[in-house]
Amino acid sequence: MATPARKSRVFRNLNAKIAAVPMIFCSMVVFLGFSIWTVVYSFTSSKLLPKANFVGFDQYERLWSNSRWLVSIENLMVFGSLSLIFTIVMGFTLAVLMDQKIRFEDTFRTIMLYPFALSFIVTGLVWQWVLNPDFGIQGIVRGWGWESFAFDPLNNPKLVLYGLLIAALWQGTGFVMALMLAGLRGIDEDIWKATRVDGIPTWKTYIVVIIPMMRPVFITTLVLVAAGIIKLYDLVIAQTSGGPGNASQVPAMYVYSYMFQAQNLGQGFAASTMMLLSVLIVLIPWAYLEFGGKKHG
Amino acid sequence: MKNFKLAAGLLLSVALPSGAFATDLEITHWWTSGGEAAAVAEFAKAFDATGDKWVDGAIAGGGDTARPVMISRITGGDPMAATQFNHGQQAMELVEAGLMLDLTDVATAEGWKDKVFPPSLLDACTLDGKIYCAPVNIHSPEWLWLNNKVYTDLGLPVPANWAEFVASAPQVEAAGKVPLALGNQPWQSNLAFGAITVGVGGLDLWKKVNVDKDMDAAAGPEMAAVFQAAADARKLAAKSTVQDWNQATNMVITGEAAGQIMGDWAQGEFAVAGKVAGTDYTCLPGLGMNAYLSTGGDAFYFPKLADPEKEAAQKRLAALLVSPEAQVAFNLKKGSLPIRGDIDMSTANDCMKKGLEILASGNLLPTGDMVWSPDVQTQAGDLMVEFWKTDMSAADAQAKWVEILKTGL
Repeated sequence: MATPARKSRVFRNLNAKIAAVPMIFCSMVVFLGFSIWTVVYSFTSSKLLPKANFVGFDQYERLWSNSRWLVSIENLMVFGSLSLIFTIVMGFTLAVLMDQKIRFEDTFRTIMLYPFALSFIVTGLVWQWVLNPDFGIQGIVRGWGWESFAFDPLNNPKLVLYGLLIAALWQGTGFVMALMLAGLRGIDEDIWKATRVDGIPTWKTYIVVIIPMMRPVFITTLVLVAAGIIKLYDLVIAQTSGGPGNASQVPAMYVYSYMFQAQNLGQGFAASTMMLLSVLIVLIPWAYLEFGGKKHG
Repeated sequence: MKNFKLAAGLLLSVALPSGAFATDLEITHWWTSGGEAAAVAEFAKAFDATGDKWVDGAIAGGGDTARPVMISRITGGDPMAATQFNHGQQAMELVEAGLMLDLTDVATAEGWKDKVFPPSLLDACTLDGKIYCAPVNIHSPEWLWLNNKVYTDLGLPVPANWAEFVASAPQVEAAGKVPLALGNQPWQSNLAFGAITVGVGGLDLWKKVNVDKDMDAAAGPEMAAVFQAAADARKLAAKSTVQDWNQATNMVITGEAAGQIMGDWAQGEFAVAGKVAGTDYTCLPGLGMNAYLSTGGDAFYFPKLADPEKEAAQKRLAALLVSPEAQVAFNLKKGSLPIRGDIDMSTANDCMKKGLEILASGNLLPTGDMVWSPDVQTQAGDLMVEFWKTDMSAADAQAKWVEILKTGL
């Protein structure tokens, strides 16, 4: 099958290739193999234990007519787009401010990045307390004498997503800032000198010159943040447990709940297959832009 | 306080002397609230006194959190020696897959068939004529718990049934109290709905829908009235923002809320808080409308282990859990009803006596866990929590509910 020219390529760097075999084997079996197994079993009526009695698209039909799943998807869209926009805009703005050769930059950078060192569980619990109407912000402001003050997003089905968003932004913005700052530091000083000579205002330089130059950083940030959003689980569990009602449900919670609580593996697999699909929808364009682009360019 | 009691129980289990052929058994359960931990410590004490050792594996967060952990440990090849489940369909597939120890010989030796009352409890443990679990208590979810002081402070009589409770709710609300406390977790909404079905719709309707699985009755006008009653009830619970059931019970204990629909396990919380049934709080089985109890409850299952010594100890534990002494000690602390009719429960309080009377009269029905699979129960929970926390119309909820029940036919 292989031409002689190809063959020599196969045997080039043989040591490195042998060393990579365990890793390739792992990713083939663990990632690819198990993913395919999950997709296959999502077409069965498996309950507590996997059984290969195929039922076609039944699980998917049930999934897409389940209001909890539909609410989860809608929440993910709203939460995802808002959190994507806000983390990137705020992260970039903070990075730009950091990049103005300010005093105590290290201190500020550490403070900004600190929330990222906390797990989502801790973040969720902290913000659950901060937003708790009796002990948190509302309680404190009322304690100051403003009796009618109301700020209780976590118990209002219409506002609960924004309560989650506040916590997610607090946790994630510092990380995006660090990525952006690294990108900004990678910009050659000569470019700044050139734009200054041309008399282009600083804000315009950022938008017209710097941001396009930072495209790879933006794309990496986008993928990291987007993948984090799709697998969002622990923050919601810690902060709201999906409530009030089903108002802050997310797909990962649905998967867990149907696989383990409802003892309905088939339904859980169908939902996780949909999640895999959405991760692929995020990843494939990125892979194309990152790797496909280079081949042609 | 909770942890302290648990720690004290554990300490006790370590301090007690152990015999020559002592075997350590790890037992998992989700009894972590104050009253529950006190009750399970009674089992641990009794088991340790026999010379074996009870290694406590409490999993906090309620059954919905604990069961996935238990099931993945059993299916994943790291089984504990014994584990709590609600008897019914929760562990059925594990039994079918041959992962559970057959207890038939223990049951025969101890004469469970004659002693366990009502017999339906043992039926729920039986598959193909073999017994796979040891029932330990009867819990019925259809109770309304009321704080008497809330009503006497307002100069109102304490409601005697659900209809009076609803009628008095506006005055309770006007006094700045929450009429009905309800935790945010799906199973609690499902439980409240089930209790309203029995209380408002009556036993015949409940049986027609849940036992005979008559879908026309489920979609019919009688059920529509139940949904309407639930829709009215959710307005009373609108200001209740807690998550766990014991937090909601605590709202009733402290007088922040007037009432709660919760199973009889709530009684353990009242007892731990030092409240007296009849004077401080009132309990209304079947919501005071229809005096029926469902015979749900807890049972212990024993996963198969390779070690014959452990298997012998598992059987010793199974026999002990059903024994009269352990039953009395455990159930008095837990506030649940014992699974055998031949023991002396004269020290039981007012509420438990009401339960025992209903039990003796035979006004019993199975629980949702017995007649529906966990899949249906989870879906119904999802629907109910949405129904209770949003303004979904009663008719929409009923239509969706019927669809869910149909997946379990």
